[in-house]
Amino acid sequence: MTPAADRVVFENVSKFYGEILGVNRVSFSLEPGITALVGPNGSGKTTLMNLMTGLIRPTHGRVTVRGLSPGDPQEFFRHVGYCTQFDSFPHGVTGYDFIYWPLRLAGFSGAEANRFSEEALDRVGLREAGMRRVAGYSKGMRQRVRLGQAIAHHPSVLVLDEPLNGLDPMARAESLALFQELGSQGLHLIISSHILEEVDRISDRVILISNGFIVAEGRIHEVRREVQDQPMQILVRCSNARGLAAEAFSLGDVVEAKLQKDGGGLLVRTTNAEKFYLLLNRAVTAGLVEIDTVAPADDDVNSLYQYLIGSDGNLT
Amino acid sequence: MSDGASAVRPPAEWTGPPWRLWVRQIGILVRHELRRSLFTRRRFWVFLLAFVPLLLFGVPWVVHSRQPVDAAALENQTQIFAGIMQLYYVRLGLFFACMGVFTWLFRGEMVERTLHYPFLTPVRREVLVIGKFLAGAAIVISVFEISVLGSFFLLYGRFGKLGSAYVFDGPGLGQLGVYLLIIALGALGYGAVFLGLSLVFRNPIVPGALFLGWETITPVLPGWLQMLSVTFYLKHLYPVSVPSNSFLLGLFTVSTGPISSAVAVAGLLGFTVAVLAFSCYRIRRTEITYSVD
Repeated sequence: MTPAADRVVFENVSKFYGEILGVNRVSFSLEPGITALVGPNGSGKTTLMNLMTGLIRPTHGRVTVRGLSPGDPQEFFRHVGYCTQFDSFPHGVTGYDFIYWPLRLAGFSGAEANRFSEEALDRVGLREAGMRRVAGYSKGMRQRVRLGQAIAHHPSVLVLDEPLNGLDPMARAESLALFQELGSQGLHLIISSHILEEVDRISDRVILISNGFIVAEGRIHEVRREVQDQPMQILVRCSNARGLAAEAFSLGDVVEAKLQKDGGGLLVRTTNAEKFYLLLNRAVTAGLVEIDTVAPADDDVNSLYQYLIGSDGNLT
Repeated sequence: MSDGASAVRPPAEWTGPPWRLWVRQIGILVRHELRRSLFTRRRFWVFLLAFVPLLLFGVPWVVHSRQPVDAAALENQTQIFAGIMQLYYVRLGLFFACMGVFTWLFRGEMVERTLHYPFLTPVRREVLVIGKFLAGAAIVISVFEISVLGSFFLLYGRFGKLGSAYVFDGPGLGQLGVYLLIIALGALGYGAVFLGLSLVFRNPIVPGALFLGWETITPVLPGWLQMLSVTFYLKHLYPVSVPSNSFLLGLFTVSTGPISSAVAVAGLLGFTVAVLAFSCYRIRRTEITYSVD
């Protein structure tokens, strides 16, 4: 298998709607796993997903998914499922029919399509409501039936545009568990969401997009490491936090050390995390502190979003 | 939500020749389209357009049922039926029914923002065009042919034995067969044109009206331009000629250069295939940008 045969590849892709920029010169190569696509409204997330699935064609550049071109839907959509953000359904369709007919078109026999439809309805928690018309569904149910259709044929690449929109907390948690399970089985999952805290929990990688440009792309901690103008935040839960803070300030790279309210922890901001970890090792060896936990405090999608795009959605 | 079965499973692999898959997909598309759109409120006016002539032939059947009938009256009614076939069934009813049904096949899905669903299935877009086109044709042809059959038997039924002899021992059945063929070919030709127009124009009403004008004036245009109209081919198939002694009737029924029926049928089918090929080309370039539709 060539490297591209297992990847989602964008090669210098641009998309213009007339004179309006959709995305510009986007290049990346995603390996299997869960990728969070993050950016403010109108940044180009949906454009990127529509390009990925052939609903729109690039003005320049080339898109391949597992070596397949979206221009060959017969082969392409045997491997790819796309849960769009469009909250519209064919007139009069039931949840079951909504999933069943695309499976029949995919070449499954009636019995197989029936089995897969029921399985998909089951996975998204709509078995009971499957025979009801989608027009009578709640927003969350409509979201789930779209997800059901996208996963029904067992694709190896799943593109999900804001899949948590409209879901109640329980359904959201169940969806995230399902995504995590699919990701662990070697699928490509590309998820756009504005609920950063939740996608952060399950994502391996992040693509940050703003105003049609890719701001950063890669494994989350690697991207974080590259953001050198923002000191890393490290949370240490330990004994003698005050003593550790004093030690920390002996390093020139530590710009802030904040004691936690209970006195049992310390939040350090440093421009050189490696140096701080070495100091921590020395402090433990010398018996200065006893460590409970050490964890990066801003090694997540949310922090990257804040650092690179800003809370107002503009590039910082 | 349930954990369900294992997510990764080889997707359905089609091992047979691709054309067999396309035929199967077309069959599924036609069935699905008929199932969801044949008997809907949206189709009411198609039925209305098709079944208006039934009233026209049904009312005299009731009102004049006791009047004596003779061969001259039958001949006269045969001419009237031919006129209604040309003027109403083909030029108006079938034309506007095709306009409504075929322009809605893709444009309707764009308006309702559901076109991305068929685009996200493992089906070639050309297959989608053919499947939807055949579904539209099946709807229009079945409704109009039922109406033509009903009108035909209402007309000749009123003449009792004389009518029965005309239909079963005379030219009646042959004429009926040709009328049904004309309806089918007309639906294919008009359908292909309206399907193509719907993939080019956001509002197909204006180009539809222009097409009606084109169909009306082509008989007075040079021969090669006439070949770009549906009416040109159908005119050569009508089994009964209609006297064109009024200006309006003359405009709609003006004769064109003679060609054989076989050439007319082949020509119209060729015209249909050419327009469908254009639609296939267009659909491959169609993008889902509902905001601008």
